Amino acid sequence: MRYLLRDVTTMSVRGLRLVTRDLDAMITAVVLPVIILLLFVLVFGGAVDIGTGYITYVTPGVILLAAGFGAANTALAVERDMSSGMVERLRSMPVAAWTVLTGHVVASLVKNLASTAIVFGVSILMGFRPEATPWEWLAAVGVILLFVAWITWLAALVGVLVRSPDAAGGFTFGVMFLPYVSSAFVPVETLPTWLRGFAEHQPVTPVIETVRALLSGSAGPGGEAALAVAWCLGLGLVSMVAAGLAFRARR
Amino acid sequence: MTAIVTAEGLRKSFARRDPASPPVLDGLDLELEEGAVLALLGPNGAGKTTTVRILTTLLRPDAGRATVAGHDVVRDASRVRELISLTGQQVAVDDKLSGAENLTMMGHLAHLPRRAVRDRVDALLTAFDLADAAGRRVATWSGGMRRRLDLAAGLLTRPRVMFLDEPTTGLDPRSRQALWDVVRGVVADGTSVFLTTQYLEEADRLARRVALVDGGRVVAEGTPAQLKREVGEAGVELVLASPADAALVAPALAVPTPEGARVRVPTDGSVAHVRAVLSAVEATGVVPEHWEVRAPTLDDVFLALTGHAGQERAARPAGVAA
Repeated sequence: MRYLLRDVTTMSVRGLRLVTRDLDAMITAVVLPVIILLLFVLVFGGAVDIGTGYITYVTPGVILLAAGFGAANTALAVERDMSSGMVERLRSMPVAAWTVLTGHVVASLVKNLASTAIVFGVSILMGFRPEATPWEWLAAVGVILLFVAWITWLAALVGVLVRSPDAAGGFTFGVMFLPYVSSAFVPVETLPTWLRGFAEHQPVTPVIETVRALLSGSAGPGGEAALAVAWCLGLGLVSMVAAGLAFRARR
Repeated sequence: MTAIVTAEGLRKSFARRDPASPPVLDGLDLELEEGAVLALLGPNGAGKTTTVRILTTLLRPDAGRATVAGHDVVRDASRVRELISLTGQQVAVDDKLSGAENLTMMGHLAHLPRRAVRDRVDALLTAFDLADAAGRRVATWSGGMRRRLDLAAGLLTRPRVMFLDEPTTGLDPRSRQALWDVVRGVVADGTSVFLTTQYLEEADRLARRVALVDGGRVVAEGTPAQLKREVGEAGVELVLASPADAALVAPALAVPTPEGARVRVPTDGSVAHVRAVLSAVEATGVVPEHWEVRAPTLDDVFLALTGHAGQERAARPAGVAA
């Protein structure tokens, strides 16, 4: 335990190097979110009439969607470590081997921070005019990162459990649907009743609403924000503990 | 000499995952002397990797006891991990990092003093003839270079025992030779080496003692020379048209009747002996399809000691490298 901080640091440096040198991961982090943003604003944007500019409405959703795509890279990277002999080697050394997961999560957080900045940048160029104070900005990014942390720990869990890269890749499919069936791209009122029930009570909707409220400077998202934080922290902790236990159990 | 690695009565079964599978280890005993090289020689599925995984604290035995430098591998696992290094069947290095980055990372994970990491990394890169490529990504390296880096990663801390699980599988002859030189150097520096291999030649070149494993237990142990003497230095091998022919020829040559159509007679390789063997074959009236004089192989040693060929065992627990 004396070396825990050093191990986590070493693993984080490794995770960051692996991500920044992975062409797939970089395209997913840098290019894909921008394409999705353009797609939603330029292609669907004209048809969706929700009162305000669609770009203002959709930007937070694009960021969360991108986090889901990026998480698949994390699942893949963890799966690779589990099956490539890397974890075996670490387990035969006097290090806390699970820190290898922490390394991938830290890398994912940094990567998503960059994606978030890029999406906001492009979005502002295209006419998005957030009216948030610096504190509200900070809070919005904080909520986004909490969401990313949850999704990434979930991806790490998937990476530990699956036994092939294909199965790890299939993870994207699952998490991709959460933002679609939420208030990320269309108001939930426009959904059929049975779907609305799910959309209103799944974690992505409060996260989206909180980020939206913070960015538009409309004060006091209170309850929604508490719900968003509770969802992300709760699911994040559960995913993290489950990933840790699965990592220990899988031999 | 004192033993640095011991195993007594190791048993391991993966029957929980696959009830039909036989035990992988069935009472395995062995001992590695300090400063020596022990080769665990056997076919796929014999239990070599499972043995290594137990000795390196990755797997708990169902029964039996194993120690490294006097520390129990189950109860004292963390102490054992400080004394060993494991180089598994797969090359466990990051392709997207350079050679130097890989070793530096391992140096930090091995908790070397921060200031010592760089010197140690440079020394190992030079010793393993990797200094020129050190700055390039490992993805661009040859298989032999990657394997050498893999070994170097295990040597950052100067381990007391180095475990090598089939280190040369998949390497070309030249890389294999280079790797053997590296292992000899490691041994010369005082590290004990525990090696598994499918190749008799590899055991022969590197190990002072060889333990032959089959069906999860050690079926023979000795120096390479002793083991080979059991099957003769060379053999006359006859390939017959059918097992029935083989059943006719084998008794005439005073060797056990084989399962297949292949009969092997140990020989000293002299003209007189080979001629005597061929005459005996001729006297049976059976005409072999093919014959040759061959040096003993792992299969021959296996056949002689276990009565069956050293081929891959069919039942292998799913998802477990045996």
